[in-house]
Amino acid sequence: MALLEVNNLCISFGGLRAVDDFNITIEKGELYGLIGPNGAGKTTVFNLLTGVYKPNEGIIRLDGKDITRKSTTEINHEGIARTFQNIRLFKDMSVIDNVKVGLSERFKYSMIEGILHIGNYKKVEKEMDEEAMKLLSVFDLDKERDTLAANLPYGKQRKLEIARAMATNPKLLLLDEPAAGMNPNETGELMDTIALVRKEFGMTILLIEHDMKLVSGICEKLTVLNFGRVLCQGETKTVLSDPEVIKAYLGE
Amino acid sequence: MKLNKKSKDNYITYAIVMVAYLIFQILSATGNLSSHMTGLLVPMTYYAVIAVALNLCVGILGELSIGHCGFMCIGAFSSAFFSKLTENVLAWPIRFFLAFVIGIAFAALFGFLIGIPVLRLKGDYLAIVTLAFGEIIKNVINAFYIGVDGNGVHFSMKNSMELNMEPDGNLIINGAMGITGTPHNSNFTIGIIVLLLSLFVVQNLINSRDGRAIMAVRDNYIAAEATGINVTRYKMMAFVLSAAIAGAAGVLFSHNITTLTASSQYFGYNASIMILVYVVLGGIGNIRGSVIAACVLYLLPELLRGFSTYRMLIYSIVLIVMMIVNWSPRVIEKREKLAAKIGFGSRKKIAR
Ligand SMILES: Nc1ncnc2c1ncn2[C@@H]1O[C@H](COP(=O)(O)OP(=O)(O)O)[C@@H](O)[C@H]1O
Ligand SMILES: [Mg+2]
Repeated sequence: MALLEVNNLCISFGGLRAVDDFNITIEKGELYGLIGPNGAGKTTVFNLLTGVYKPNEGIIRLDGKDITRKSTTEINHEGIARTFQNIRLFKDMSVIDNVKVGLSERFKYSMIEGILHIGNYKKVEKEMDEEAMKLLSVFDLDKERDTLAANLPYGKQRKLEIARAMATNPKLLLLDEPAAGMNPNETGELMDTIALVRKEFGMTILLIEHDMKLVSGICEKLTVLNFGRVLCQGETKTVLSDPEVIKAYLGE
Repeated sequence: MKLNKKSKDNYITYAIVMVAYLIFQILSATGNLSSHMTGLLVPMTYYAVIAVALNLCVGILGELSIGHCGFMCIGAFSSAFFSKLTENVLAWPIRFFLAFVIGIAFAALFGFLIGIPVLRLKGDYLAIVTLAFGEIIKNVINAFYIGVDGNGVHFSMKNSMELNMEPDGNLIINGAMGITGTPHNSNFTIGIIVLLLSLFVVQNLINSRDGRAIMAVRDNYIAAEATGINVTRYKMMAFVLSAAIAGAAGVLFSHNITTLTASSQYFGYNASIMILVYVVLGGIGNIRGSVIAACVLYLLPELLRGFSTYRMLIYSIVLIVMMIVNWSPRVIEKREKLAAKIGFGSRKKIAR
């Protein structure tokens, strides 16, 4: 059974069909690319998958379970975590606290224990700290643990967003233009990070990317979106040599 | 025992409050405190408590409330009602403790009721609704006549004659005349204990799972949702707790005053804005700053009464200095460096 199965997803804003008859099937462990020109509807697909927008039509199944009408919070609990095209960190909180927010569904104690610092509080907080530090060191952020998220350099903010998403222990990770605004150096480093996430956690990833070169290097499969519709999908090599794709996307 | 930065920071706050308490106690014991000054001590504590409550709402949750004195009003009236009713039945320590339970519970209940429709919305609706709430609750209480006699509780919204009580009946809430003769159980020590407890609750909350979730909602609710945080639940938690603490301030208030009326002076829009000024000048999200700002800004105008000519001038200068100290990025940076040198953690790390 595929990890993510999306059928006939549609949404309109006013008269504009931002996403129309969108289909995708992602298997466990795949690194899948979603590409297309600006305004094609890629981010809108992410917003549909994570419940930010409710689709007019269509079905989203994660691990066989219908999650179409669930709220963003519930969908995260079901196992989809994401990053944002324009970074959205908890900017007035420390780096480690950003990650600990992501851990709070799995490491629990009651509100009373939290307010009085009694019972499981100390033990669970210690476990959270350890888990958070493990994650931060994977992303090479362990030295910045007490820095405010807002004070991190841009490249590290992108990494922290991924670390925070990973803290929720997702089945599927959605990355929205993770390399946007990065210089070639940072982009290279990011690609290494993504490779590492796959290796360390066996993560399934759906990645939006504007930069075709970058995507062709790491993704096994691609879906090309144009004006809200799927133009072409399949193995990366096949897709990239498709004349339609070359015309619509590369040729511009 | 090795303390991490955050708990060290919390202990500094408690220490400041306790040192201030000791100083006032020594001054009082050695006869250096005028009776006017002594009378200001309890109000100072309840204003500090409600400033902590409001900072939880504005600074930690990130929702603007401009009717927080309305919750104080609820706490004040519900607890005073209870204390009047049980004045001759219960011993004062038990009665006063139960008065706190009741004042806090009622304020929390109203926080919850207001939160249900408002906190699900995104945007600054809470400011508008709390403003209206603060004004409405005053007027409603001003129209209440409640008395008790052998036959039970009598209620009217017209006047005290309408209650039709037996001659030995006890008129508890007398409309706009409010509640008279609530036992004077508040004192400076109890005020300080309530302040310390509020600080304990709020500072511990900030350093817990729930507190982090609340601040995550403040910083970016879209990201918080995508990170699995139930936004409405945490908004409600913080808002109800904030209302509850404001209710505790109200209990201190009503047990420190001979005649409790729902007047604008204490519970109106201006009073709520004054608390907001304490919070803003103490630093939004900076709990310790709220306590210091509330104490200094409450005492200062009172202490300056002697210099009536320069009173408002000095007061404005203090406001400006506090604003610079707490808000200018350069000064904050310098202050943090200084703190690091002395070996204290940066309190700004907790929030903001
Ligand atoms: N909330 C919205 N309201 C109206 N139009 C929207 C909304 N979200 C996206 N759109 C429109 O949908 C189209 C696709 O946008 P988007 O998914 O952001 O493209 P991209 O592929 O660049 O990520 C754009 O024309 C955009 O203006
Ligand atoms: Mg986009």
